[in-house]
Amino acid sequence: MVNLGIDIGDLHFRNPVMTASGTCGWGPELSDFMDISRLGAIFIKGLTMEPREGNKYPRMAETPAGMLNAVGLQNKGVDYFEKSIYPVIKDYNTHIIVNINGSYIDDYVALASRMDLLEKIPAIELNISCPNVKMGGMAFGTNLDSARAVTKAVRGAYSKKLIVKLSPNVTNIVDFARVVEEEGADSISLINTLLGMSVDVAKMKPALSTITGGLSGPAIKPVALRMVWQVANAVKIPVIGMGGIMTASDALEFILAGASAIQIGTASFIDPLASIKILEGIENYLIQKGFTDIHEIIGYINHKSS
Amino acid sequence: MMSKRIEDLKVIDNKRINSDSFVIELSGEENLPEIKPGQFVQVRVDGSPETFLRRPISIYDVDYKKNTVKLLIQIVGKGTETLSKVKDGDLLNLIFPLGNSFSDPGVNEKILLVGGGVGIAPLLYLGKHLKSIGYIPDMLFGFRSRDRIIDYEEFTKIGRVLITTEDGSEGEKGYVTNHSVLSDVKYSMIYCCGPDQMMKAVAAYCKKNNIKCEVSLENLMACGFGICLCCIVDTVKGNLCSCTDGPVFNINELKW
Repeated sequence: MVNLGIDIGDLHFRNPVMTASGTCGWGPELSDFMDISRLGAIFIKGLTMEPREGNKYPRMAETPAGMLNAVGLQNKGVDYFEKSIYPVIKDYNTHIIVNINGSYIDDYVALASRMDLLEKIPAIELNISCPNVKMGGMAFGTNLDSARAVTKAVRGAYSKKLIVKLSPNVTNIVDFARVVEEEGADSISLINTLLGMSVDVAKMKPALSTITGGLSGPAIKPVALRMVWQVANAVKIPVIGMGGIMTASDALEFILAGASAIQIGTASFIDPLASIKILEGIENYLIQKGFTDIHEIIGYINHKSS
Repeated sequence: MMSKRIEDLKVIDNKRINSDSFVIELSGEENLPEIKPGQFVQVRVDGSPETFLRRPISIYDVDYKKNTVKLLIQIVGKGTETLSKVKDGDLLNLIFPLGNSFSDPGVNEKILLVGGGVGIAPLLYLGKHLKSIGYIPDMLFGFRSRDRIIDYEEFTKIGRVLITTEDGSEGEKGYVTNHSVLSDVKYSMIYCCGPDQMMKAVAAYCKKNNIKCEVSLENLMACGFGICLCCIVDTVKGNLCSCTDGPVFNINELKW
């Protein structure tokens, strides 16, 4: 048997394969196709204090080996979440991690405090990297002082595991990783989508209603991998890597580069079973290579190439 | 709730029906699930960088005896162009059946199916279903011109088919909403699928004349099963997903 379990502090995950926020709904949508309890965790759709309608249609454009989205954090707000969604998902036999968002630091703090009271939510993912909202989101994740301030404030209000999701739309992502680690983050997840755009040549107008949106899919994988490698080498806390992972081989690249866990995002749109196939692929790889524990390969290239 | 599945179906026929449209017939190894009129499939094209996402395609027809489904597809881009070239024996990976369905009509409803171009696709299976439960719908199809007409012979087995073309090269000249049948027959229920402009015109006509109406939308989608929230429709209940809350909507739900 191969041990696939990983830990963030004292929080144990049965394996390192997780689904990324905004790509797995609230969980039930993927349950139509698979047993989500096989996953290490699911990171559910971005939540805000107030309900949000998100951006106008069109909010998606296919691009070479990827897609742009400009959903804009559509969700029904925390009251609805607590009343109608949490009771349904709290008994899933995997970790449910809530991705939290706000326009102001106070929003993040209020939401984190509410999540702190939900027994079956063992961690939050602090989203300071959404590129599709006018206020907050990426604005926090692209300014070091703001990133520090929001992480510190949320850390003060939240007692469980705090994962901070970083934006790739910065000059030096390592600076941001160090700042959120200093302010008490238990883990860092990266990368959120890369800011991009597309023009519909036939209609002679932007493909997205918001003009710009977040690029995801295999097109961003080399960039994501480079950033995960940089961050994993710069911080002591576990790193959760994501960005264009479609196959087990893609996932293994991130793990070998230093990610303790990985998130599957856009791949689930094309193959709802992608995360399960990737989990099985990682396990087979370990067996074939003669490893017995996932930890033997986390950051392997960094130990061996020095 | 009906089960969605991911399955490789085998192409048993791929037939060109006009300059830019074709019908693919697919056969499954497993028995088909229950498929309702108005539902769609998400087809994996070939996984190439240009056709990264699946393509949502209406279900044109279902034959439970042969265990086959048909898709009527118009070439509009690289994905549909690639699909137009599949050969007998090729496998296509589908996620299906997806979406809601057209609702059954009330008693004694006088029904018209309105289709525009390739938008006639979901109306064949709907028409066959309506006939099987005792209704004989009329059908009114609009095309740009004679050479763009999609073979509608199968529809004539269901009921009367009326045609409009924008240039008058076949049937009545003009748009479906100008067709004389609308003043000759008092319909009480219209099911419609076609270009947005056409559906909006039909919806306006129905509202003005107090006719019940359902339309099938074809918004851009990434996933097709409710996890990406990209294919939203602006409705009186807020933004809904056309993939899971639709693709069929009653016009009273839409902010048209």
